[in-house]
Amino acid sequence: MKYDPGLYDYWPYQNRPKIVWPGAKKVAFWVAPNIEFYELNPPANPQRKSWPRPYPDITPYSYRDHGNRVGHWRLMEMMDEFGVRGSISLSVAMCQHHPEIIEACAARKWEFFSHGIYNTRYIYGMDRAQEQSILTDSIKTVEKATGQRIRGYLAPALTHTEHTIDLLAENDFWYSCDLFQDDQPQPLKTKSGKKLVSMPYSLEVNDHYAFNVYGQSARQYADLLKRQFDTLLEEGDTSGTVMCIPLHAYLIGRAHRMGPFREVLDYITGHKDDVWVTTAAEIAEFYLNTCYDEALNSIEAAQKEAS
Amino acid sequence: MSLPEDYLKYPHRSHGMDHQLYGWSNLFNRRPVTWPDDKSVALWITVALEYFPLTPNDGPFRAPGHMVTPYPDYRTYTTRDYGNRVGVFRIMKVLDALGLKASTPMSAKIAERYPALLKAVLDRDWEIIGHGVDMNNIHYGGMDAEKEAQQIDDALVMLEKHTGTKPAGWFSPARSESENTLKLLAEHGLSYVCDWVNDDMPYEMSTESGAITAMPHTMELDDRQLMVTLGQNEDTYQEQILAAFDLLRSEGKNYGGRVLHLSLTPYVIGQPFRIHALRAVLEKIMATNDVWSATGGEILEVWRQRK
Repeated sequence: MKYDPGLYDYWPYQNRPKIVWPGAKKVAFWVAPNIEFYELNPPANPQRKSWPRPYPDITPYSYRDHGNRVGHWRLMEMMDEFGVRGSISLSVAMCQHHPEIIEACAARKWEFFSHGIYNTRYIYGMDRAQEQSILTDSIKTVEKATGQRIRGYLAPALTHTEHTIDLLAENDFWYSCDLFQDDQPQPLKTKSGKKLVSMPYSLEVNDHYAFNVYGQSARQYADLLKRQFDTLLEEGDTSGTVMCIPLHAYLIGRAHRMGPFREVLDYITGHKDDVWVTTAAEIAEFYLNTCYDEALNSIEAAQKEAS
Repeated sequence: MSLPEDYLKYPHRSHGMDHQLYGWSNLFNRRPVTWPDDKSVALWITVALEYFPLTPNDGPFRAPGHMVTPYPDYRTYTTRDYGNRVGVFRIMKVLDALGLKASTPMSAKIAERYPALLKAVLDRDWEIIGHGVDMNNIHYGGMDAEKEAQQIDDALVMLEKHTGTKPAGWFSPARSESENTLKLLAEHGLSYVCDWVNDDMPYEMSTESGAITAMPHTMELDDRQLMVTLGQNEDTYQEQILAAFDLLRSEGKNYGGRVLHLSLTPYVIGQPFRIHALRAVLEKIMATNDVWSATGGEILEVWRQRK
């Protein structure tokens, strides 16, 4: 029996070294559109079913397909309007299926990171070599399609193994979005000793949770995001925080949700003096260069104090 | 532990979809549609008239809204019946007052069992959409193709017998299809299907037995989805419909006519405490004078003439 993932030490949200984002900003703000491809008839994973009904389960499949046909284009245009570049959580098979979307995002200098090959291929049950092949595929596929070397990861459908975090470090990734323990970036422990940052992503402000788990309306979600921002801004005065809005075009890109969401982008980007509108890779790079070592010392001191 | 080799093979990883049912298409790159009188939005109201037998089917799953308690589930049976006896007439009153048309996915058993309700539908020239014999007759993956063909045939024959007209559209009970459904619908001469939720406009699908058009019969603003499944109230319901209308209207001016689909469930929106929301929201939408109220068949006829 295992108590603890062993990926980081307990590090309370008080008396941490002060993070000051570039330009003396208090909140690093990034938007993570999940651009996903779900297969109608994926092979079965022994530990997780893809669709509730027997093949072809067309309703949840087509519900998600709406994002690529309709929602993505609405969301991208709105982000353009507010000068927000996306950091894309990408099912990398999208590079083959819908390169039109990839090209449009690359032209806007959006960042791409891996969200697996398909969101219907789960990592549960893979051996180390198989999981490595997913990372290799991701790096090569995105590099070929966009010229970008991916630096971040969010496991497909949030399916992990005990190797996931180590493999990311070994493959020269900078950050992982897989862990939800904090509102600030922090170092992760890796077997190789290579640096890897845990990047705040958040399930709680994810549009999927808001709309389909908590049943909120578009207006309630918009209000929630503004309050999330207000708190992180206030706290960012003490030490810089990260706010991510994780999105799915098949949810936020619906006709009834775009209007309220527009107010969120307007509100947050309107705080020009305090907000660093950026990408996950830029946050990770800054953190690695500027904050990482000091954070390690602080975590070590906190551990000593506890023992 | 590892997964079978096939789990990391991707036979459909190429341009477009991972099946042959329809092609990949960006909503914003299509030939624009012009609705009659240059209205921006076609309002497509569907009113589901469904018959749930007291003894539910034994298939792999039951249709949403079907019986839940051990037999006899009087609470569910009579609640559904309420919609067909009372709620639907409240809806008719609202639509009549505003001169709005509707289309009704109708269990054939409704036409057979409730001639007074059928007459009220026919008197209003509502379009009738095939919706199975009753809510026990679902289509599902792996079912016998002959049995499925018979189910479709039975529903169409029964509807035609009682209404005098053969439906042009089909909505599969529980929005569920087998791998043969689209082909069978095309073989039965149906010209459109309401099961797919991946678009905001009609689009062409192809089957071995010819083409069929997918109509944007959505779940997004479905009264049952919002107020029963997600637990929202009728104020939120109205607010979201208006937000959708505003966005579709603005897109309608830039990209050609759009469709606002409202799916109404008599046992949900027809409750005395909810019906005011339908009246209020439709009054606001119609006051813009930028709406074409149409049936599914009428929308398709104009859509087919797009240039």
